Amino acid sequence: MKQYLIKRVLLAAGILFAISIITFFVLNIIPGDPVALMLGDNADPQAIETVRHNLGMDKPLVQQYLEWITGFMTGNMGESYFQHKPVSSMLVTSFGYTARLAAVSYAVALALGLSIGIIAALNRGNAIDHTLMTLAVAGISAPSFWVAIVLQIFIGLRFKAIPISGLGKPAAYLLPCLSLGMRYAASIARITRTSMLEVMNQDFIRTARAKGLSRRRTVMVHMFRNALIPIITVVGTDLTTLFAGSMLTESVFNIPGMGALLVDNITKRDIPVVQGGVMVVAMLCVLIYLAVDLLYAAVDPNIRLGGDR
Amino acid sequence: MGERNRDASRGYYQESWRVLKRNPVAMVCMIIVILLTLVAVLAPFIAPYDPNAIDMPSKLKAPCPEHLFGCDEMGRDILSRCIYGCRISLSVGLVSQLIALVIGYFMGVCAGYFGGKVDAVISFMIQVFSSLPDLLLAMALMFALGRGLANLYIALGVLSWAKTARLIRGTVLQLKQKEYVQACRIDGGSSLRIIMRHLLPNCIPTLIITVTMGIPSAILSEASLSFLGLGVRSPMASWGAMISASKMFIRTSPFYSLFPGFCMIITVIAFNMLGDGLRDALDPKLRK
Repeated sequence: MKQYLIKRVLLAAGILFAISIITFFVLNIIPGDPVALMLGDNADPQAIETVRHNLGMDKPLVQQYLEWITGFMTGNMGESYFQHKPVSSMLVTSFGYTARLAAVSYAVALALGLSIGIIAALNRGNAIDHTLMTLAVAGISAPSFWVAIVLQIFIGLRFKAIPISGLGKPAAYLLPCLSLGMRYAASIARITRTSMLEVMNQDFIRTARAKGLSRRRTVMVHMFRNALIPIITVVGTDLTTLFAGSMLTESVFNIPGMGALLVDNITKRDIPVVQGGVMVVAMLCVLIYLAVDLLYAAVDPNIRLGGDR
Repeated sequence: MGERNRDASRGYYQESWRVLKRNPVAMVCMIIVILLTLVAVLAPFIAPYDPNAIDMPSKLKAPCPEHLFGCDEMGRDILSRCIYGCRISLSVGLVSQLIALVIGYFMGVCAGYFGGKVDAVISFMIQVFSSLPDLLLAMALMFALGRGLANLYIALGVLSWAKTARLIRGTVLQLKQKEYVQACRIDGGSSLRIIMRHLLPNCIPTLIITVTMGIPSAILSEASLSFLGLGVRSPMASWGAMISASKMFIRTSPFYSLFPGFCMIITVIAFNMLGDGLRDALDPKLRK
């Protein structure tokens, strides 16, 4: 177990290192000089040179990378080209919005998805099951930003109490979280159903019923607990795409989160901000995968007790 | 022996086709996919109007007999734009997945076949690429490459190779143990010969499934990027870009947002369900 733990943590560190290299070089080898863009079309070449020098852009790329990554590790991600604010403080502000949106949405998704999955499994083959699973397929296939707009049209514009932009009032969470949560609810419902059906036919369930446990207790304690392992994996993968999904939702509801920050600064070509944002999200994703793997190892004796992986 | 091999594989695909034909959902989805492909290919002949023809007097006109889906904020016919959007979506899906297939097959086969250090390096790369959310990496790539259709093909192709590579690696690891591969190697067959003659044909079912399953996610990624303004250049009619433009007019013209979204859902569901059907039909383990 200890060996596995060390191996897994080292791997995560290696992945992060590789991601930092990819991010840096993808973002810095771009056609079009951001400085020329910053100073406008008629800027004099001398001035461009001076600004490039001040920003450290005339140094070799490898040196720039090393300076950036050492700064990143100490929490200093540089300064925005245009807003002259430290990138880290910009990220903290917008990350707050994204994190709140993502957390509430996922809570909605878990509640909806798990109950729909269990209900569908218990009704296997009949009309309830078919309806729920058709809805789930539609939920997976519909782009979340479109669902968001549809909810705005059919709910937001009808009820004055439900705002369609920002995250100011608690009621403002309703539509963004519903639209973002729906997609995940659908995938959780599908995997919960499959996983429950697999457990359902096993001997220990029959034993539990035979020894006189109530149907409710059998379902919730014996079946659901054993069905959880595949669900954990899906939750892990979901959490990583959740950040990406929330960027789109933010754009529909004018929420100034990470998505808005990244898109804005990609358009402006403000490299330090984009770089910092991409790296922070990537880091979170790698940490989530690490957590899921370790959780898995703790639950699954095959990994815990060795084996070659 | 080559003859017999070919016969056996023909039998396998005939059998798969038979299984697929008995799956009504998959068949309906296949017909939808064929129709969508026809719409995409024949767009200039089916579209009632030029998708980019501006006609300010009929701006935001509601659906009517002349404009079945209505008109957008510049009076362009939404139906025609949806038809041309189908072209963009399908081409992005197909081309990006073919790029992913070539890179993914090559990397997966090398990892699975050569093993050792090659496998370690490639597996690490697969893990790096799969730890990033697709959209984030796509955004970074579009930042570097700039907007445009060709760049979308590249960005979405580059970011989906890892899935293909992982599956191919797994398949090759199993195939490597088979007698006919061993026999070819003992016989002095070169690695290239084994990879192209023996491994490739046996990886085709896996490749068919990954491409079919990859297309809808590429379509969704393209729409997301275009929605964020990082995809196609205007005035190109992409479904994502149309939905993004319609955001401003939900109060007055809700139809504008709805139609491109319906097109997208139908396309994505059709590919997803067809992919499910193909997986059931092509996987001998699932066959009764």
